[in-house]
Amino acid sequence: MCLRSVFALFIVIFSGNISAIAAPDGKALFMSNCAACHNPLKDATGPALKGIRSGFPDKEWGYKWVHNSASLIAAGDPTAVAIYTKFNKTAMTAFPQLSNEEIDAILEYADKYVAPVAAAPAGGGEEAAEAHGWLYTVITLALLVLVIILWRSNSGMKRIANEKEGIPNEKEIPIYRSKLTIAIFAIVIFILAGYWLVNGAINEGRQQNYQPLQPLFYSHKVHAGINQVNCLYCHAGAEKSRQAMIPSANVCMNCHKQINSYSGAAEHPLVNAEGKHVDGTAEIQKLYKYAGWDAANKKYILKANGEIDATPIKWAKIHNLPDHVYFNHSQHVKVGQVQCQKCHGPVQEMDEVYQFSALSMGWCINCHRQTEVKFTENNYYKIFEKYQDELKSGKRTGVTEAEMGGLECQKCHY
Amino acid sequence: MSQKQYWSGLEDLNKINSHTEVEGNEFKEELPFDLSDSLFGATTPRRDFLKFLGFSTLAATLVASCEMPVRRAIPYAIKPEDIVPGVPNYYASTFADGSEYCAVVIKTRDGRPIKVEGNELSSVTRGGTSARVQASVLNLYDKARIRHPYGDNAEVTFASADRAIMEGIGAKPGYLVTASVLSPTTKDVIAQFLAKFPAVKHIVYDAISYSGMLQANEACYGKRTLPTYHFDKAKTVVSLDADFLGTWLSPVEFAKGYSKGRKISAKEIKLSRHYQVEATHTITGGAADHRATCRPSEIGKVAVALYNAVASGTQPSLSSKNLNQLITKAAADLKAGNGMVVSGSNDVNVQMVVNAINDKIGANGITVNWTTTSNYKQGIDKDMAALVAAMEANEVGSLFLHGVNPVYDYYDNKKFTSALAKVPLTVSFAERMDETAQKCKYVVPDHNYLESWGDAEPKANYFSLMQPGIAPLFKTRAMQDSLLLWAGATQSYADFWKDYWMKKTGSQENFDKALQDGVIEPAGEMAIGGATFSGNIGDAVSKIQAQPAAGKDVIELVVYQKIAIGHGGAWSNNPWLLEMPDPITRATWDNYVCVSPSHAKKLDAELTGFSEVDSKKRVVTVKGANGYSVKMPVIVVPGMHNDVVAIAVGYGRDKKVGRAAASDETKGGKNAYPFLSYNGQNIENHSAVTITKTEEKYDVALTQTHSSYEARPVVHEYTLEEFTKDPNVLLKERGKEIAEFSTLPWIEEGKESKEPIVDTATEEGYRVNGTLYPNYPYEGVKWGMSIDLNSCTGCGACVVGCMAENNISVVGKDHVLKMHEMHWIRIDRYFSGMADEPDSIQTIFQPMLCQHCDNAPCENVCPVSATNHSSEGLNQMAYNRCIGTKYCANNCPYKVRHFNWMDWNGADCIDDNIYEDGRRDDINDDLTRMVLNPDVTVRSRGVMEKCTFCVQRLQEAKLAAKKEGHPMHDGAAKTACQQACPSDAITFGNVKDPSSKIYNLRKHEQMERTFYVLEHIHTLPNVNYLARIRNTEELDALNENKNEFLKYHI
Repeated sequence: MCLRSVFALFIVIFSGNISAIAAPDGKALFMSNCAACHNPLKDATGPALKGIRSGFPDKEWGYKWVHNSASLIAAGDPTAVAIYTKFNKTAMTAFPQLSNEEIDAILEYADKYVAPVAAAPAGGGEEAAEAHGWLYTVITLALLVLVIILWRSNSGMKRIANEKEGIPNEKEIPIYRSKLTIAIFAIVIFILAGYWLVNGAINEGRQQNYQPLQPLFYSHKVHAGINQVNCLYCHAGAEKSRQAMIPSANVCMNCHKQINSYSGAAEHPLVNAEGKHVDGTAEIQKLYKYAGWDAANKKYILKANGEIDATPIKWAKIHNLPDHVYFNHSQHVKVGQVQCQKCHGPVQEMDEVYQFSALSMGWCINCHRQTEVKFTENNYYKIFEKYQDELKSGKRTGVTEAEMGGLECQKCHY
Repeated sequence: MSQKQYWSGLEDLNKINSHTEVEGNEFKEELPFDLSDSLFGATTPRRDFLKFLGFSTLAATLVASCEMPVRRAIPYAIKPEDIVPGVPNYYASTFADGSEYCAVVIKTRDGRPIKVEGNELSSVTRGGTSARVQASVLNLYDKARIRHPYGDNAEVTFASADRAIMEGIGAKPGYLVTASVLSPTTKDVIAQFLAKFPAVKHIVYDAISYSGMLQANEACYGKRTLPTYHFDKAKTVVSLDADFLGTWLSPVEFAKGYSKGRKISAKEIKLSRHYQVEATHTITGGAADHRATCRPSEIGKVAVALYNAVASGTQPSLSSKNLNQLITKAAADLKAGNGMVVSGSNDVNVQMVVNAINDKIGANGITVNWTTTSNYKQGIDKDMAALVAAMEANEVGSLFLHGVNPVYDYYDNKKFTSALAKVPLTVSFAERMDETAQKCKYVVPDHNYLESWGDAEPKANYFSLMQPGIAPLFKTRAMQDSLLLWAGATQSYADFWKDYWMKKTGSQENFDKALQDGVIEPAGEMAIGGATFSGNIGDAVSKIQAQPAAGKDVIELVVYQKIAIGHGGAWSNNPWLLEMPDPITRATWDNYVCVSPSHAKKLDAELTGFSEVDSKKRVVTVKGANGYSVKMPVIVVPGMHNDVVAIAVGYGRDKKVGRAAASDETKGGKNAYPFLSYNGQNIENHSAVTITKTEEKYDVALTQTHSSYEARPVVHEYTLEEFTKDPNVLLKERGKEIAEFSTLPWIEEGKESKEPIVDTATEEGYRVNGTLYPNYPYEGVKWGMSIDLNSCTGCGACVVGCMAENNISVVGKDHVLKMHEMHWIRIDRYFSGMADEPDSIQTIFQPMLCQHCDNAPCENVCPVSATNHSSEGLNQMAYNRCIGTKYCANNCPYKVRHFNWMDWNGADCIDDNIYEDGRRDDINDDLTRMVLNPDVTVRSRGVMEKCTFCVQRLQEAKLAAKKEGHPMHDGAAKTACQQACPSDAITFGNVKDPSSKIYNLRKHEQMERTFYVLEHIHTLPNVNYLARIRNTEELDALNENKNEFLKYHI
């Protein structure tokens, strides 16, 4: 239960879904919408946002610009054209979905923004885990010893009593040579070994907690956690395709044309799985090499045929499914509205990603048993009349994936 | 069951012992076979067994303790904008193999074409495909394709070849020889090339010649062109040796039209009537209502007889009574209007007579269209003959060959070969080192059509664009680019092509739309018009009458095209096509001499030939008039004329054509082209031969006997008369079988009705009460399929379409012989009639695939529940759970389950375990494997597999509907076989959806023709069939000894 609420918390924080919160959260809005191109303090793809309002002709102008800057530029508005020219004629993405209050909240946040001071390393907060397990063990062992002593003395006294009464005693066999003991011992060993063997065989090929070294130290924590870049910005396939898609280097370059150094080393030092310190800025330089970006001249290096001289990054694949398993991301993300973290774990907390879930069939099946499909929201399910009727009559509260056939072989194996 | 007696082959008819034995046995040989011999034949098998056991336990432990390999996930460096990994892209394009045409849609996954489908926007092929169109995607990844230009059989660069060729053209007459050119831009390019080099002439050479027809049309109508045939508008079709559903002219187009006239329901009883006169047995003959055979040399006389019967009502007096009867009946029907006569003959006079008949019956402008003409064939045989003569006389300075292979397929290929050596500059544009390319000085390889820009004009004003689905795999160059370059043009063909179509379409917007649609067509219905006949019919008739009749003992050989392999070309090396059983002979991987049963008796072939169980066939020597002779096995085909034998082209290829095509004494068949004859004007497909038997035997891999129902009735067929009289005839027959079980035995109510008729209530009652198992209520989606036996022509497009979609393994000839073929859908062929009377033979095809039984016998016997039922009515097969007991295949009454006896494709976990036989191995090359569908598991050794109803497509269709948030539309999910079918025989959909086509078909429209195979055993199949209705008077037609026959065979 506790785990689940932690999950829920992650999901709320991560998705940047602020509709549940009454007042617009400027920080969250900034992170999810603006941070890719704007820095509060310095010019990036777009201008620094701190105090930018002072440069607006009026408040309304600011809203118009955010909602659709292109129309302002096209209309020949002098301020708009000036900004457009200053920033290499890169048009700002239109955000018609942002309300005026939300825009205010974002700019408010930017105005109040102060550069983070290198935080002192947190310490002393560790809660000593109090385990009472050992106490029970000691008590149990002590009681066991007591049982043995009592049993021994009991049988010893019985023998003495027998001798006194002249009843012949059976020959004493040491306990380790008793057939019963050997039989019990053998059976226990057999069961344990069998259990170990079967378990081992079942887990063969599974890679839970697999965390390989990657050719490039890419921190999901920095991107998805601290900077709140939406998962789907890079993994755009997750809503469209069976593959979530690892972004190509040119997608990285959308932001990294501007962001050429890692400035959060003080706040969040990068350390790899082997405990070695990683220089974020050097990793960005590595990215430039892959992407074919000439950082000094701020342009792409071109090959003779005019194509960008880029090389693909050979990432180590972490989540491996067997060949006979068909898994479709869009089915889960788009149709099922499953959050990424449900299977991939708290990625926004991971510098280097590891495999969070077992990705075993039992794990899939379990979720299919528990999860309800969006039965009333999605019109596709209209044709399942029996369930619709039962829902209406209150006979059931929802329809699980299993009831929709989610446990059948050919949903995933074909 | 109808009163008709069917037999799947002669061995079935004659109840040969070995056949009865095979029928009873599920698997052909004792288990285990071959590889295990070493173990079980060992001197101390128990010890060896223990050794193996110990070794494998140890090995398993070692393997298990190995570390998992690090796998890589490599994204694009720069992702193309329109590609989402894992989501297919579709490009409309054009399939053109010489003159063969089909508008297609290429499915590409992650940048590589994996499937070709028909383009439904085309009003020429209307979404249909053929087996070859389906298999064409495999040709793209053919390992035998040329990878760079050659000069004198060594690698050269394009630049050096270009220089040498341009210098070599010179002033001496040159020739550019191509197959029929459908592409308007290519014609322009050729014109530019010819303008630059005036000494060079362009001639068209078609391996399968239609020159006689073109010349006849010129003589009769003043246009050297082919009309468009509207089979959909024809009430009577008379075909004189034209296999228009299989190989004649444009079968996909014709099958689409023809099947429209063959749709019949009890609500609307009308059916076209099809007469077929032929020498051999074709699938068109199988579809015919009336069929009679004649010698190929007699076809002219048959045409004249028909002409006379139509024109003056003269009684025909041909060599057989059956022919006379057929001609009289056909003439009467033709005169009633909406008729059409077609002929496969390449004799100008015969075609002129056919034109005259069409003119007489008023077909021109109704069923034969002279306004929208067809461009499929343009070659004139005399041109080629003149060229060969000029080459021999040292008069030719340069020769360019595109899409043609005369060293292999010219009737006098020896002469051509020797003449070729006399030409100083020979350039081939071949895509593989075919027989001609090997003898050319330069080979400048062309792209595959899936890598090319291009276009086609199959019919006047009906255009179709070709766009590439992938960048060229090898160092190849479009033929048009080469010609443009040599002509000194600076523009590339792609730019030239774009300019041409931009101009033609008028705007970027129109161009984009045309490219997206793939076709540019005039709006509305196709324009139909007639033409004025002005041929000298008297002359043609007298010339035909003057032809001497063949002597009584003369054996005539017909050179025919197989449905799968066609004229040869790249198809000869396509393992999918080589393993596709021929619809009539059901043979794979070889060509052979087809003979009639009574002829076979003379050849002493009956012992082996009659029985398809025994694969060892008698070998005979066939010797042509020109001295060419081959030794080939005999296959007995009921329905062949008794004095006719037939050999298919496309076999007997050189080893450089590819490993699958390569032939020698032991494999790959023989070349039949040299048996063609030249009558001084046209190349004809028949000639007189002598046949002598030898004592040799040769294995031919036949599949007919591999799946047997042990004489249980599986097809239903009625005459139109029967069906008209009582449309409920089938419902009554079904009633006799199942009505009894539709109510519980102790309930008497309703039992006393005189004649039980199946209705929806009976069906439902039978479903619930006919079994002890509980009834499962299906919710939401339940998949079902309906196959119309009236529409199915047996062409095999579904078989190959299924192979491409579902990664079905090719097993090779040796294992087809062992019944190990893996096709998920097969087309069963049944004959009825008397074996010795070719005219009495009626043939019916039945596609058979997993019936997805709701009460499936296979599911109950699986010890590990690897096969079980889904809530959508699918019989599911979980490969990773299967332990290979094969109980399911034993218990399947339809014999549709296939076991992976070997590691066919390297999906096995053990390395280097792959089965190799030398011919099929290229299918597992890294290049060829690019054709695999990534959404379907490649099955490994030791598991059972079978049709899944293309579950990956069903899942995709459901997912698309869920994403858009609406219930699935009818037709959103199509199976591969359904999509491939050129005659719309297959309907598929959700039977729970009352608005769906399949629901209406079963419950309303075709209720009277619906039946389930082996319904009485309560398997509750989800596949139903629609009974065949033959438009004829009696089913065992034209047969006076019928009673005698029935006495022996029923």
